[in-house]
Amino acid sequence: MLKIENLHTTVGETEILKGLDLEVNAGEIHAIMGPNGAGKSTLSYALGGRPGYKVTEGSVSFMGQDLLDLEPHERAAAGLFLGFQYPVEVPGVSNVQFLREAANAQRKARGEEPLTGGEFLKLAKEQAGLLKLDMDMLKRQVNVGFSGGEKKRAEMVQMGILAPKLAVLDETDSGLDIDALRVVGDGINTIMRKPDKAVLLITHYQRLLEVVKPDFVHILSQGRIVKTGGADLALQLESEGYDAVMVA
Amino acid sequence: MSDAATFPTNRDEDWRYSDVKALKALDLGTFEDWRDIDVAPGDTSRECFVITDAGEDANVDSDGTHLTRLRVKVGDGGRCELFGVIAGGKFSRVEIVVQLGEGAHFELGGVTLGGRDTTREFVTRTAHEKPRATSNQTIRAVHWGQGTGNFLGRIDVVRDAQKTDAAQSFKGLLLERGASANAVPQLEIYADDVKCEHGATVGQMDEMARYYMAARGIPPELSRKLLVRAFIGDSFVNLDDEAERDRLMDAALFKLEQHL
Repeated sequence: MLKIENLHTTVGETEILKGLDLEVNAGEIHAIMGPNGAGKSTLSYALGGRPGYKVTEGSVSFMGQDLLDLEPHERAAAGLFLGFQYPVEVPGVSNVQFLREAANAQRKARGEEPLTGGEFLKLAKEQAGLLKLDMDMLKRQVNVGFSGGEKKRAEMVQMGILAPKLAVLDETDSGLDIDALRVVGDGINTIMRKPDKAVLLITHYQRLLEVVKPDFVHILSQGRIVKTGGADLALQLESEGYDAVMVA
Repeated sequence: MSDAATFPTNRDEDWRYSDVKALKALDLGTFEDWRDIDVAPGDTSRECFVITDAGEDANVDSDGTHLTRLRVKVGDGGRCELFGVIAGGKFSRVEIVVQLGEGAHFELGGVTLGGRDTTREFVTRTAHEKPRATSNQTIRAVHWGQGTGNFLGRIDVVRDAQKTDAAQSFKGLLLERGASANAVPQLEIYADDVKCEHGATVGQMDEMARYYMAARGIPPELSRKLLVRAFIGDSFVNLDDEAERDRLMDAALFKLEQHL
């Protein structure tokens, strides 16, 4: 589904990703862990096409397409969902309006019929219920006045509504208390744990991985994947720390 | 306000950012042409207007000059609401002088839009002369090209006008380099138990919000429209008439769509 080869990315003058290779197949959940400054967020933004994140070398193929050749909104329509570490406020635009425009823009790009107002609201209610987010929250402006936990849950509702093929979730667990972590983790499992979908979880900590069990764990350090293992690698990291595990 | 015997110049405080050259197209008599809106005590009056040079409703030539001068008197406990869009003319100005009775309210929601070398402005002077009157003014300016949007808002609160509550909010959104927006809030307060707020910001499109929208599949043209619509919507939040609100929003968005 996703094949990253020799990816180099610069932000400003600084090269952050220095030849990253990664392959994710349908039905798999991958976790990427790594110390601060390793390039975890840069990887998610490079995949999402954020302006200012310049890919200088390498290739990314997604669902058989050259991902780097697509505009950010085309990547979303192709089935890529980027979960933001810091979800952005959009004043004056309600979640309902935002998501309906997004869902229908994606459908249009794929040559599908738009959802009617009724169809959309039904879908939104289902997904909000799954994440235990009150529908009233969806009538409010996008992320405006939301707590950290509410923003992350709202992101997962977005993911549920947009139904991507691949979700790249950048520190979705940050800012969540234990109960919210469970709700968000269950949401990821319900929405994305499917044979035709895949997840790339970027995280600092093991705790989300207790709910969303990864098939593979990669350690990212200094812009490259330096070690790959199974779910036990995350446990080992938690007890021994990055330095010890990376040397081993 | 201005001496009708001569044209205003940029040295006049109230005309500081105006396109005074374009004024020469007007007859000097026009400057004395004040229209009165008198609201009787306890009554409510509402007017909505669109100044446009696009489509069938055109009321000013795209190279023309438009001057509206209103003199509003609101009796005790009365309420006057004005909502408008200025989206036409080379230079268009809506000037409003308001005198508020005891417990009266003045509401203004205005939007200026324009590109090329146009200048569009709201100029208000609100006099709180009696206790407990309130006023609320929300102006949004969206400009591109070499377009300019201005808001000059003066509030006078006399010594006896205790419990006055006056608010002004101006925000300018510049879509292109070269466009400009000017805000001149001016508060003269001689009473001590009053609440007066004013805020003015000028900025560009929030690119992070646009990227966030793109990451969810919304193309750049659509995200720009949604953000601008949200931005100007502030001015009509307090317009309690859906049909009129739609009419004003549509007029503004039509103007934008010609540009976006």
